[in-house]
Amino acid sequence: MIEFYLNGEAQRCASLAPETSVLELLRTVLQRTGTKEGCASGDCGACTVAIGMPDQTGGLRYHSTNACITPAHQLQGCHLVTVEGLARGDALHPVQAAMVDCHASQCGFCTPGIVMSLFTLHEGRREGRRDALAPLDDARLEATLGGNLCRCTGYRPIRDAARRLDRYPDVRPLWADDAALADNVTALNAELESDGYAMPRTLAALHEVRRQRPRARLVAGATDLWLETTQRLEAFEDVIDISRVAELQAIDETPDGWWIGASVAYTRLEPLLETAYPAFARMLQRLGSAQIRNRGTLGGNIANASPIGDTPPVLLALGARLALEGPDGARELPLEAFFLDYKRTALAPGEFIRAIFLPRPAGDQRLEVWKLSKRREDDISAVLGAFAWQEQAGRLHGVRLAFGGMAATPRRAEAAEAALEGQPPDAAAFDAARQALARDFQPLDDVRGSAAYRQLAAANLLERLRLTLTHHSPREVCLDAYAH
Amino acid sequence: MRTLTDLSRPVPRPEPATQADDTPTSPRQAPPHDSATLHVTGRARYLDDQPAPANALHVAVGLSRVAHGRLTRLGLDAVRRAPGVVDVITVVDIPGHTDVGPVFPGDPLLADAEVRYAGQPLFAVAATDFTSARRAVALAEIEIDALPARLDPVAAAEAEEWVRPPHVQQRGDWQRALDDAPHRLEAHQFVGGQEHFYLEGQACLALPNEDDGVTVHTSSQHPSEVQKLVAEVLAIPFHAVTVEVRRMGGGFGGKETQAAPWACLAALLARRTGRAVRLRLPRGDDMRATGKRHPFHNRYRLGFDDAGVLQGGDITVIGDCGHSPDLSEAIVDRAMFHADNAYSLGQARVTGIPARTHMPSNTAFRGFGGPQGMMIVERAMDDIARHLGEDPLTIRKRNLYRPEHDVTHYGQRVEQIGLLHELVSQLEASSDYWARRSAIRAYNASSPVLKKGLALTPVKFGISFTAKHLNQAGALLHVYTDGSVMINHGGTEMGQGLHTKVGQVVARELGLENAAVRISATRTDKVPNTSPTAASSGADLNGMAARNAAMQIRERLFDFAAEHYRLDREAMCLENGELVTGHGEGERRIAWGDLVQAAYLGRVSLSATGFYATPLIHYDRASGQGRPFYYYAYGAAVSEVVVDTLSGEHRVSRVDILHDVGDSLNPAIDLGQIEGGFIQGMGWLTSEELKWDDTGRLTSDGPATYKIPTIGDTPPDFRVALLEGHPNSQASLYRSKAVGEPPFMLAISVWSALRDALASLADYRLSPALDTPATPERVLFAAQALRQATATETSHA
Repeated sequence: MIEFYLNGEAQRCASLAPETSVLELLRTVLQRTGTKEGCASGDCGACTVAIGMPDQTGGLRYHSTNACITPAHQLQGCHLVTVEGLARGDALHPVQAAMVDCHASQCGFCTPGIVMSLFTLHEGRREGRRDALAPLDDARLEATLGGNLCRCTGYRPIRDAARRLDRYPDVRPLWADDAALADNVTALNAELESDGYAMPRTLAALHEVRRQRPRARLVAGATDLWLETTQRLEAFEDVIDISRVAELQAIDETPDGWWIGASVAYTRLEPLLETAYPAFARMLQRLGSAQIRNRGTLGGNIANASPIGDTPPVLLALGARLALEGPDGARELPLEAFFLDYKRTALAPGEFIRAIFLPRPAGDQRLEVWKLSKRREDDISAVLGAFAWQEQAGRLHGVRLAFGGMAATPRRAEAAEAALEGQPPDAAAFDAARQALARDFQPLDDVRGSAAYRQLAAANLLERLRLTLTHHSPREVCLDAYAH
Repeated sequence: MRTLTDLSRPVPRPEPATQADDTPTSPRQAPPHDSATLHVTGRARYLDDQPAPANALHVAVGLSRVAHGRLTRLGLDAVRRAPGVVDVITVVDIPGHTDVGPVFPGDPLLADAEVRYAGQPLFAVAATDFTSARRAVALAEIEIDALPARLDPVAAAEAEEWVRPPHVQQRGDWQRALDDAPHRLEAHQFVGGQEHFYLEGQACLALPNEDDGVTVHTSSQHPSEVQKLVAEVLAIPFHAVTVEVRRMGGGFGGKETQAAPWACLAALLARRTGRAVRLRLPRGDDMRATGKRHPFHNRYRLGFDDAGVLQGGDITVIGDCGHSPDLSEAIVDRAMFHADNAYSLGQARVTGIPARTHMPSNTAFRGFGGPQGMMIVERAMDDIARHLGEDPLTIRKRNLYRPEHDVTHYGQRVEQIGLLHELVSQLEASSDYWARRSAIRAYNASSPVLKKGLALTPVKFGISFTAKHLNQAGALLHVYTDGSVMINHGGTEMGQGLHTKVGQVVARELGLENAAVRISATRTDKVPNTSPTAASSGADLNGMAARNAAMQIRERLFDFAAEHYRLDREAMCLENGELVTGHGEGERRIAWGDLVQAAYLGRVSLSATGFYATPLIHYDRASGQGRPFYYYAYGAAVSEVVVDTLSGEHRVSRVDILHDVGDSLNPAIDLGQIEGGFIQGMGWLTSEELKWDDTGRLTSDGPATYKIPTIGDTPPDFRVALLEGHPNSQASLYRSKAVGEPPFMLAISVWSALRDALASLADYRLSPALDTPATPERVLFAAQALRQATATETSHA
């Protein structure tokens, strides 16, 4: 039995299979067909809905998500808002009115998802303000809509609609009048009781349920795991959801850095990274889409152990450590000791990632993160390079060069690092590093790039690094810095 | 009686506070899409949103994983026993035709003995829910003796493996012109295919009727063909099948022929089980099973004079058609018809070869081969410019069709040459081409890694189906006694705003507000024997048919009013919801509602069918000469790009477009088509890469691996304008022009600008090969090749 609110109305749904998605629940069980299925893999955004979760102020904070890969059980104690829930009777919500006035729908199939992404953007601008909305920032707009594919319009009218929102009276949905809604939703935020789907709230409860159900699959953001059901038709007999374990949701600051709970979503990391590691924060804007970043977690990205995950190379370059816990107790591990082989990790049976330690930047430490993909937004890396170093007295020290997409796991380029360590950042040192890279990696051909491209592009990222170290501004030598 | 303003109850919406930015490209100057409010509220119903009876079945289709082979065993016992399964069909269960080829045979509905591509349907399963059907499919035991798969269309062409015979268009003595030319160049190029990626996948719902017939709701651009094929598969008369299309969530050509097989499967299962049957393809199955835009291998050998003006030569285009003809003959023809784009080729021969491979049967996609054909001559324009050290725009302008050089290689005289030249000149000026050219040269000279590129490319696109008989349309118009009007026509709505435009036509003819006219779903029992909504012809053909119907009603009402009210018929007109006649004191006005009511009581028929057939067109395949197009639509675009020559990444920073739609029927909708077409074309040429493994299986089979443009790819500076003051020279619908496909090809300017940026690496002396899509990988290797060529040159100097 899950209990939640849908567009202001209480809902109780019983006997849902663990693998049921929010989209399946909406379209098949509740017959709400306004939310569309475009891909069932979290890549097109047609199924975007908004989920309101209780925040510390006693209100509801809305984020966008892809309904197709969001577990229905995660709605427990939430307010789900869909495209059917925005208009106030006959009066359109400003997002809807602007979309109509700007001719921003053609076939209309992606439109509900776009409306919902813009709705969360609009609500986000309201937070913490009483009278006026925060100004719309174009970069934020693109980050919000990067995961909503439209095949008809070319996006210009959608961009225009977003920019015009402030000219409309702030018509709010009828459910916004219900002062008790947030309290009612919060009141449902208790232990979930459901066969085959456990949602523990504490680390102790997580240990207990894992002991009882050792074969259950762990899920947090579900942004990858749920593809096993939508694409490969797996039935999950038993799921343990760690997205609400308080300890795994914490970010603890220490003098040396930050312990980031394994189920902290990317979006929550943004403020921290923008201060500590702006290059990491910029890359994060290109990880998946807003919908994915709202749900996906650092712990999931690591535990998944994909060779093309975006954060592991950065964390490797920064010397991150992991705190693991399992039936035999807790231990710490440097991240590089975690990845053993393709999709194989050092996790012992029953063990899980509790937190990731992100070291505080040393005073003169620098970081660059460069992601290469066919498309700028919402694409998976062909190659990702993350480079950390210090420069003292004209020489490079503490050089850590980590790559994704170049081997069976995210890995450091140790030979290339050795070629640069202690050297001045000159052409000779970097020539040696580029040649060493060919010893470090023998990448593969796949759908995202050929081995030859990966090898050349990775070497060229080192050349880009050399140029940035030798008095070229990033705007001169890196397209992303030039254009954004 | 209700007044007309009550007829359509628009949802009240807040008005924006100001309209200060109502520039030419701003909204609010034309009626919005007639479903816009439904789209944004989630009320617009697509196929899979339609309610079906509770006992409806759901279908999943079993697909081949082998590209070519002999099907030796199809073990379906476990499938039949799987939970929820109600029926399973293979080819032997088809009572009528087993081949659903739309024009020529060659498309088995379900595979028989031979498997011809990876993704080919082998069997279909109907179950009580979608997941059960899909899980059951996975239980099949399929044994296929693999045979060598032919995956290379060039090798297929050499082996004379064709889906249709090659075709030649020729004008003058091309060999002599080539031999005599002061300069000659030759090159080949690969132009990649494109997945339609309509957001709504293939889908249909079949409902058995009481009388052995079937009603099929489908997401199809061609309901009449679905009707025909369903009837033939079921072996029942066409009149026993009714097909309805309310709207599609995108089509782009992908639902012209390739929606029909799924409707046939659903209809057959509905007949067999007596239950409603839903079929929708999961995205991966959709991408594996259906055809795409044809990849092309093109070659040119062209001769030109010292000024870069083409004298003549030879062009060959090889289309990768996949395993069956589908529409490939017409598609390769259209590539040939556009191998000149807007340029006089001189004495030229153009050859088209429709190659057969073990791939999905490639099909219609916006532009229908035209874009692929244009790519070869645009490559030549750049190459000639580099060869002679001229700016590519200079070479392009010199080669535009012009007086004395105004006949195409297929014998059609090019009209509106003045428009073409004026359009290019206007855009050259408004985009500030030459000043930006200088600035870019200066930037590139000092920028070590980032290089900018600029290109202006024109478009001339022929409008008409090249299959002459398709250039006809019908409409059915009813006026009800409250004065409200219902129009049906043969065209389908896929987001292009066709219904909005046709509704405007009827409202205009009857002097009514747009809201007084309603268009409902396209149905084969309302307007029969229709053509596909394709070839950009939707509004041209169906708008004219609707206009024809409205004019009949108007004439009947005038006849009636002249007699009934004793009015002067000559001076009558319909405007602002009234019949008006006479002048000054003699003026009489009769409200539309009153007129209609009176006519009904006077026993006047208030229903009419309209018809239209395009005049003047003809084409003789034997000689490769004729006038296949009623008219041409023109446009031009200037694109500026920035290329990162270390990574191959690139960005389009500014685009200026000037496009010819004649007298626009709806400027907002036309702008939407131009912008959307441009971005779709840009995706085709840059990020959208179809990848296949060595065995012929598609590896880019979902949006995670196949990348269509996102909002961040839309140029930050995007200036789009409609060419003013040039009505269509032909008597088209209110002198408008078709707009669906032509703007797609404006995106060739992006590809040419990428080549321009790359050429800067060799001081604009070499013309880089750049196959498409120009992914970062291809751009990086092109940059690498140019750097190496320049280094070699220097070392030899």
